Amino acid sequence: MSENGPSVREATTGPPYRLHAHAPEVSARRARSFGSWYYAEHVLRSMQGYRWTLLASSVGTPVMYLFAMGVGLATLVDRNAGSAFGGVSYLAFIAPALLASATIMTAATEFTYPVMDGFKWRRVYYGPHASPLGTGQIVNGHVLAITARLTATTIIYFLIVAAFGASPSATGAAVIPVAVLSGLAFGLPLMAYSASVEEDKGQFALVMRFIVTPMFLFSGTFFPLDTLPVFLQWIGWISPLWHGTELGRLLTYGQAIPPWLTVVHVLYLVVLAVVGLRLARTVYARRLGR
Amino acid sequence: MLTHPAGPPVISAQQLSKHYGDVKAVDGISFEVPAGESFGLLGPNGAGKSTTMRMIGGVSQRTSGRLTIMGLDPEDHGPEVRAHLGVVPQQDNLDEELKVRDNLIVYGRYFGLPMSYLRPKADELLEFAQLTDKAGAKVDALSGGMKRRLTIARSLINEPKILLLDEPTTGLDPQARHILWDRLFRLKESGVTLILTTHYMDEAEQLCDRLVVVDEGRIMAEGSPAQLIREHSTREVLELRFGSARNTTVADELQGIGERLEPLPDRVLIYARDGEAALEQVTSRGLKPITSLVRRSSLEDVFLRLTGRSLVE
Repeated sequence: MSENGPSVREATTGPPYRLHAHAPEVSARRARSFGSWYYAEHVLRSMQGYRWTLLASSVGTPVMYLFAMGVGLATLVDRNAGSAFGGVSYLAFIAPALLASATIMTAATEFTYPVMDGFKWRRVYYGPHASPLGTGQIVNGHVLAITARLTATTIIYFLIVAAFGASPSATGAAVIPVAVLSGLAFGLPLMAYSASVEEDKGQFALVMRFIVTPMFLFSGTFFPLDTLPVFLQWIGWISPLWHGTELGRLLTYGQAIPPWLTVVHVLYLVVLAVVGLRLARTVYARRLGR
Repeated sequence: MLTHPAGPPVISAQQLSKHYGDVKAVDGISFEVPAGESFGLLGPNGAGKSTTMRMIGGVSQRTSGRLTIMGLDPEDHGPEVRAHLGVVPQQDNLDEELKVRDNLIVYGRYFGLPMSYLRPKADELLEFAQLTDKAGAKVDALSGGMKRRLTIARSLINEPKILLLDEPTTGLDPQARHILWDRLFRLKESGVTLILTTHYMDEAEQLCDRLVVVDEGRIMAEGSPAQLIREHSTREVLELRFGSARNTTVADELQGIGERLEPLPDRVLIYARDGEAALEQVTSRGLKPITSLVRRSSLEDVFLRLTGRSLVE
């Protein structure tokens, strides 16, 4: 956001050394046009307080996982796997999955407790709600800020993946927007749910334990989904992580996927994100406007 | 913007109602507030004051009735209405992740105000709120009164002509309240229209030019504090305590003294023009209260008279 705003300051009457706020009409007009960005700016400023923690975890998580799974476990797997992983090394196979799951897990954290904080604990949403911003802009702004945060984390993750030599394909970097989209596909419906939670009775811990963890384990993350018994494969089919991972594998090492399935993967993620956002806007409007 | 004394009201509510299911939180209230007035809604908790404030603030939809702020309906022109206002909510919602000064700046950004305005303005407001030396502190480090003053400073970042204050001093110690009243009084002097809710009669008496007494979502009376006391109470009140067991039984023996008698569980109130004279009558009947006190009538008495209940329970 430019500090000077999109246009010149209006209505500065009086002596030059004493500035005045522009007219309310100008505030309203600007809020209508740029409100989402204003709120995103606020959330990002608040996140700055945690920048070192965020950076440390953004670097630490990929390094840890890639060493443990991609280097440690991979030496054993690669010795016995044959062509089970589409002819690529185990490291290359799991790297896009680890990357997408890291983004989704970050999204799972960002779209739960901070939402509760906004409505209940510190009631952060009620400040902007009394300003010219609309509820839709508060939702959009929060989503924009989290998207920026997810993008930054995912870029760092990808750079480390690339440094490990785990993204041989030239299209590898395109996995970044795919992972962010997967994060939103999971995060936005979760945001709508979080906004509907009146009291924290451990629901978010349950989401982590019984949705995020099984999704992480059974979405074709560590082994191809079709090696699972059919009665468990549905977890992958509904999981944004599986769709994101499959697209990631296409981009980082050219995994063979029929084109129609590629379209399904993208569509599934987009639909989840869009429906989630609309739901979130409805729930926010209802709860803030009570 | 110039304020014309005979100009149109800045706030106008007619038969304003808000229902939650069967509960009528606000039940057909009407009032108008001219520019520059300090207008209060006085009533106990749950009277519908905050709900009214949220409707005026353009953040809560009404069930029925008409409402305009600066001639605009908040439901059609939400951002425009809210751009005119400064809002001090009942519960602070400062961003505790941000420093004191940044809370002001971030808030000003919601109005699209540029940093070249916000930086000096934030410092000016911190000075006004007597928080200059806390500018770089985290919000957690502030006392309740300081947080409240910061919230008021924040509400002024867009230089609003109308300030909505919902229970501005609830939960503060007496000294912090007096500092806050002083700041609010200065705003009033500078021509800002104040709309405030309170369940403290002293606050209403200090700050309000005019007020409405609200109970169960309805307006019970309207006027200046002095006018309300004159119309609904006597000049003085004699408070007698006979011990909790006897207060109600002794009331019969007090009949005829003063203009009106109000037996409460903990004391008996006798409304009279001359409290001392009433006390003499009491003792001449051979009654010996444990304590007695003569005082001027207050808004508390007005409220008691109008609703049969006291404000703070």
